[in-house]
Amino acid sequence: MTNSFNEFAKAKMLLVIGSNMTEAHPVAATFVKNAVQKGATLIVADPRKHKLVDFAHTHLPLKVGSDVALLNGLMHVLIQEDLYDSEFVETCCEGFDVLKQTVASYPPEKAGEISGIDPELIRQTARLLASVKPVMVCYTLGITEHTSGKNNVMSIANLQMLLGNMGVPCGGVNPLRGQNNVQGACDMGALPNVFPGYQPVGDLSARQKFENAWGVDRLPEKNGLMIPEMMEGLVDKMVRGFYIFGENLANTEPDIRKVEHELASAEFLVVQDIFENETTRFAHVVLPAAAWSENDGTFTNSERRVSRVRTASPAPGEARPNWWIFREIARRMGHTWESDSAKDLWDNEISVLAPNLAGIKYHRIENDGLQWPCPTESHPGTPILHLEGRFTKGKGSFMPVEWTPAAEVPDDDYPFVLSTGRRLYHYHTRTQTGNCEGLNDMLGEETADISAADAQKLNIDQNEMIRVKSRRGEVTVKARITHEVPEGLVWMAFHFREGNANWLTNPVYDPDTLTAEYKACAVSLEKIA
Amino acid sequence: MDQNRITINGHAYEFTPGQTILEVAQQNLIDIPNLCHLKGTRATGACRVCIVELEESWGRKIVSSCSAPAKNGMIVHTESPKIVAYRKFYIGLMLDSGNHNCDIGARADESWTDFQISAMENDQKEELCPVWGDCELQALAYRYQVKGRVSGRHREAVTLPIEGDNPFIIRDMSRCILCGRCVAACNEVQVNQAIDFGFRGTKEQIIAGTGTTLMNSACVFCGECVQVCPVGALVEKKALGKGRPWEVTKIRTTCPYCGVGCQQLLHVKNDTIVKVTGVEDGAPNQGRLCVKGRFGYDFIYSDKRLKTPLIREKDGFREASWEEALTLVADTFTRIIDESGPDALAGVSCARSINEDSYQMQKLFRAVFKTNNIDHCART
Repeated sequence: MTNSFNEFAKAKMLLVIGSNMTEAHPVAATFVKNAVQKGATLIVADPRKHKLVDFAHTHLPLKVGSDVALLNGLMHVLIQEDLYDSEFVETCCEGFDVLKQTVASYPPEKAGEISGIDPELIRQTARLLASVKPVMVCYTLGITEHTSGKNNVMSIANLQMLLGNMGVPCGGVNPLRGQNNVQGACDMGALPNVFPGYQPVGDLSARQKFENAWGVDRLPEKNGLMIPEMMEGLVDKMVRGFYIFGENLANTEPDIRKVEHELASAEFLVVQDIFENETTRFAHVVLPAAAWSENDGTFTNSERRVSRVRTASPAPGEARPNWWIFREIARRMGHTWESDSAKDLWDNEISVLAPNLAGIKYHRIENDGLQWPCPTESHPGTPILHLEGRFTKGKGSFMPVEWTPAAEVPDDDYPFVLSTGRRLYHYHTRTQTGNCEGLNDMLGEETADISAADAQKLNIDQNEMIRVKSRRGEVTVKARITHEVPEGLVWMAFHFREGNANWLTNPVYDPDTLTAEYKACAVSLEKIA
Repeated sequence: MDQNRITINGHAYEFTPGQTILEVAQQNLIDIPNLCHLKGTRATGACRVCIVELEESWGRKIVSSCSAPAKNGMIVHTESPKIVAYRKFYIGLMLDSGNHNCDIGARADESWTDFQISAMENDQKEELCPVWGDCELQALAYRYQVKGRVSGRHREAVTLPIEGDNPFIIRDMSRCILCGRCVAACNEVQVNQAIDFGFRGTKEQIIAGTGTTLMNSACVFCGECVQVCPVGALVEKKALGKGRPWEVTKIRTTCPYCGVGCQQLLHVKNDTIVKVTGVEDGAPNQGRLCVKGRFGYDFIYSDKRLKTPLIREKDGFREASWEEALTLVADTFTRIIDESGPDALAGVSCARSINEDSYQMQKLFRAVFKTNNIDHCART
């Protein structure tokens, strides 16, 4: 996020796109609702009429996967009607002419045809967005989990730069990160192309810096593989040893049959986790790890805030902290690592090696955490990025993009769009929530959410078991007829093994990020009896 | 800044226009008791406990400090004899309004030294109030030495049934003092709009939906209402009987679920989390939690936890020592590197675990294995 959670409640206008915030980020949603109660205007763009729509001034029920068309349509109106922030564009941005040229071919009529939104509503929404300054844009995986995920994100950035909403309180581009420490795992360099602090592995000086710090030579310079490439590498034996730490890939990746074939092909699979799960079944060695609140450490949230995690309970049996396990493997391979606690690792290694984190030390985050960039120990942290339009790289570049459809769209055999996501009472594959008293009582099984119109057409009753099929597989699952879902859409989650949406989802990826298209594939619905 | 000064109990304080008397007092660590006030929500002035006396040119008047804005030149008394007398009366009314079996009931002549003994006395409830010792009304009754059944307005025995048909929240409206904090928490803080005041007059109570149970209302079990309830009307079911407030240590930590990073207080007794609450005024959540953050903590105590390294053997696993398991991993990875090069290894780190773990894993892959084949689920 370029901005911070404490700005949500003060915002004058919010555009929430591709984010079912009340279920996936419930506490963040409370601040959005607070803003609305204080008079803010909320615009929700989402195929579903989820709970936040109840608080919205305008709902844009766009078709799944049409985000770029809608956003380009909005920008078309902003430019055509001269409603954009020309001063910000001139002084802080570059590439406006190319943007203008691209969005010129998305008049509201065309954007409306692709997105299913009334062209007049697109015009009104564009005028609404230009009527107030600043507007805060929030998005989640509804934007990124598409083959056009990166383009979707760039469209949002284009819109916010065009409106001059960057670098100001209550503005900005704000992706709510899905998992508690997905931001931190990126910051730590658990990515194939960067060291901690986003220092490229291809950069010689960065490699030298880490070689010196770690007391090694010849750190690899070539970018590594991304998860889907690793998985495919298991089958063609390019990858022989695979180490999975705390991920239940067998349930979370698209097309479970394909994923399980890949996992089963692994020559040597190490899984380190807190529970046995669908993925440990394929392991050759399972290592028991200490869980949350069984060791000290830090998480980094969506607003780049590094906060402390503390020990409350001892780990069960022989379970050990993950960092200890990695250290022990290193030791057995001839490397002795000094750091002997999470605090050592942070204070003596991470914050020393990552310039953005240099000023964050454990003693400074005893209470509230600090937001990076925080380059020195006297720096207060950075709640808002790009202040006054000063982008990291100088001027902000418009990156105009063309709309592309989802890789798989409905046809006669598979006439419905399947989109997926998360529900309030569970988290991902329930490794944690499924083992908590009470949460299974609130939600005990998967459902396929469908519209009343489709249910009527197919003669499906509420709670009736139905079959949902895609080109990858099929599941038998309970139908949940709801006004949240428009005609033609099926919406499912992946919390349970039975009826898991990932038996159906399409293993196709954004070409740059390799993020899978969880949000769109084609399915059929069948009455069983 | 002579324009913005008030005098509280003889001392002058500066204030920011718009602040209430209560806010100015709290900012200066002056304790004005209050039961219905909930920071950040509209003042209701329902409990009357926060009343203070103002000196005006024409005499003295009483206002509720939670709703009265501070004005320049105000002279405020928070514990004048008149205020204390009224406050005791209001506290007594609340003690008499429901089942508060910590009060000393009919034995109004007894002293508070007998308080703890008499607390065990049954007052229409078989069990002791679950928040005994952690109740704001009880604390006020003790502080002002108020005994029950002195107001002369004791209501009929309150026989409302306890609602416990959900896994998380026990609602005992017989202990409710109608302060309205839960209503404000539900409607103005979390904005889930599940509960409100219902009925009128002596039958007034807090209702879920249109008079149903939480399970059948719009409630999403964030538990904010429980966190703000000053009495024993709303309590966490999972925490029941697990620990008294003075037995627990509160440990601040960060929630293990979504990317908001809510700050939690773990209430820990004997190395076990018995309850979770939000860190009031902590960033980013300002005390708020959701159902997973508040009630999704006990997975760590599951019997199904992995407790020992496992090594595959035929169709199943056998238990192994760390020494054996780690040696097997290190030896196998070394052999693969020797045979096929470092890029024949790949790893996926965890977006749920701490930064230090992800750092350590990428270091293992880069510095020891010599491959950049390290990723995590950020892209999926």
